[in-house]
Amino acid sequence: MINFVLQRLLQCIGVVLALSIVLFVGLWLIGNPVDVLISSEATEADRQAAIVALGLDRPIWEQYFNFLVNAMQGDWGTSFVYKEPVTTILLQRLPASLELAFVAFFIAIGFSIPAGLYAGLKPESSISKAVMGFSLIGVSIPTFWQGMLLIVAFGIALPFFPVGDRGDVATYFGITSSLWTLDGWHHVLLPAFSLALLKMSLLIRVTRAATLEIVRLDYVKFAFAKGVRPTRIVFVHILRNALVPLITVIGIELGNLLAYGVITETVFSWPGLGKLLINSIKVLDRPMIVAQLTYTALLFITINFLVDILHMTIDPRVRSVMGKRAK
Amino acid sequence: MSEQFFEVEGLNTWFFTRAGTFKSVRDVSFNLKRGEVLGIVGESGSGKSVTGMSIMGQVEKPGKIVSGSIRLDGKELTELSFDQMRKYRGRRIAMVFQNPLMTLNPLMRVRQQMFEAISEHENVPAAQMRERSIAALKAVGIPSPEERLEAYPHELSGGMRQRVVIATALLMNPDLIIADEPTTALDVTIQAQIIHQMRSQITDRGLGMIWITHDLATLSELADRILVMYAGAMMETGATAEIIAMPRHPYTSKLLESVPSNNEPGQRLKQIRGTMPSLLDLGEGCAFRSRCERASPACEISPPMRSFSSTHHAWCHHPIEG
Ligand SMILES: Nc1ncnc2c1ncn2[C@@H]1O[C@H](COP(=O)(O)OP(=O)(O)OP(=O)(O)O)[C@@H](O)[C@H]1O
Ligand code: SF4
Ligand SMILES: [Mg+2]
Repeated sequence: MINFVLQRLLQCIGVVLALSIVLFVGLWLIGNPVDVLISSEATEADRQAAIVALGLDRPIWEQYFNFLVNAMQGDWGTSFVYKEPVTTILLQRLPASLELAFVAFFIAIGFSIPAGLYAGLKPESSISKAVMGFSLIGVSIPTFWQGMLLIVAFGIALPFFPVGDRGDVATYFGITSSLWTLDGWHHVLLPAFSLALLKMSLLIRVTRAATLEIVRLDYVKFAFAKGVRPTRIVFVHILRNALVPLITVIGIELGNLLAYGVITETVFSWPGLGKLLINSIKVLDRPMIVAQLTYTALLFITINFLVDILHMTIDPRVRSVMGKRAK
Repeated sequence: MSEQFFEVEGLNTWFFTRAGTFKSVRDVSFNLKRGEVLGIVGESGSGKSVTGMSIMGQVEKPGKIVSGSIRLDGKELTELSFDQMRKYRGRRIAMVFQNPLMTLNPLMRVRQQMFEAISEHENVPAAQMRERSIAALKAVGIPSPEERLEAYPHELSGGMRQRVVIATALLMNPDLIIADEPTTALDVTIQAQIIHQMRSQITDRGLGMIWITHDLATLSELADRILVMYAGAMMETGATAEIIAMPRHPYTSKLLESVPSNNEPGQRLKQIRGTMPSLLDLGEGCAFRSRCERASPACEISPPMRSFSSTHHAWCHHPIEG
């Protein structure tokens, strides 16, 4: 297990390095950001001065090396547009995105797994059919539209929830978050529900499909034949086995929630990372793009790593395969 | 001890699907004494497994026991609810399934799967469950059972897994064991070993066993009596020697001809010509008539039971005369 973890960590570092090189070279090829940055009336001398100031006159490998050394010290450069350190900008926005994503994630999981399990166990019941109908609606309405509907229904027509912004924040343990306040929770629930809705459909369907398949298997029949109580069969035999395929899907969905909440953040004017990446790309704000893409990559790498660890914890077959590979 | 402790009478189990009603088990009756092995034999789809699942009270939806009686020591089991029946499953009646690779939960240790077979029925300290599990594993010839208890299924061979399943079935000392083709997936030597071990467990413990198979050959060494099923119905039943030496029903005789050891070496296995009729549109008459060489217009009417000894019966209009 420890071998495996160390090996994976090394792999991750390798992947991140490779990715940062690709990103850097890619952006270098896209074009010169100076033209976007300086005003159209600037003289050629101003232009040259800007290039030197940004370090863009150095060879690419030197620029990359400088970037790497700085990045490791937590300095991701200064945004071309905001004229502020990238780290500061990201850290301002990140907590809002994270809290929205995590609340959405737990709403999605908390509803989908029980609902999917039930629908798989009792496919013929009318509750199951209602659940499946609901999940169909979830995938077929565009997020944008669905968010607006929720705002109209529960923000305006029935004003249960405030719309727009994040509400009061508080700082505990060095983390500034709206989840520390009641007002914050009040603000986050509606957008989180909107974001979760989309993920629920897929999670319900995957849970149901896995359950339907496992119920028919001989080890479930054998558990019944041993006289094991149905509740124990559902939770110990069926659910645990269904989690094996589910964990992968859950991991991908969590990554998507954390990285691509753009639409929901826009609809609910949520002050998260949301549109930051798109805006940065539009104006070729290199340091911002590099930092955000690296953040996204790190996110997925970490989630993948956690998914593997969970698989190993649940499934002894994975454990023995991974164990052998690590040796 | 020679009285019948287990009886099935006029069992009908049907599946009500959108496509129609599949009459998978039709009017099946048999009984069992302690220490006795009844072999149920028939081609794929003849209703053997459904018969077993009916006894367990575990018929899958949309299936249902439509009529009939299943009695264990005089107690009517078909009247019990699923939860009342749970107390019989594993404790009084145990079942072993066809595919040893799939019968154990891949995520649980052998110990957890054996212990739960006990703890779901009685409150016993772990040390005692351990002792009983080890004894059961030993009884079916598993070497170093203490280590095997901690193993996960994927760490064991197919034969070893099937022995674990059989040991688990024996844990509660049931009165009846239903073994649904438990050795077909295994190689011949292991098959023979397991069959031998099960036979001696049955005799030693005085249990009854129903052995389901489509291979008549394995039954000749194992079963005391044989029931031949076709398309959900009984064709012939009798003591093993009677059935093997002098089959009366044309279907039994065809089954015997297709047994490999009765063929010349190098010859192709004889298949019975034709296929089983759909269970959907079984009308009146003998179910085998579409494939029977002896069929006559009389066979359009359901055949009566013909008796050839006090134990040997066949349902046929034109049985093979001795
Ligand atoms: N879940 C089900 N739904 C619908 N029909 C079923 C179901 N299970 C069994 N049947 C019907 O019952 C028939 C008998 O099935 P069964 O499993 O008892 O056959 P079998 O004799 O055990 O065959 P095999 O040797 O292949 O195991 C099948 O052909 C099928 O038509
Ligand atoms: S009843 Fe007729 S069709 Fe059926 S097995 Fe006997 S002879 Fe053949
Ligand atoms: Mg079967």
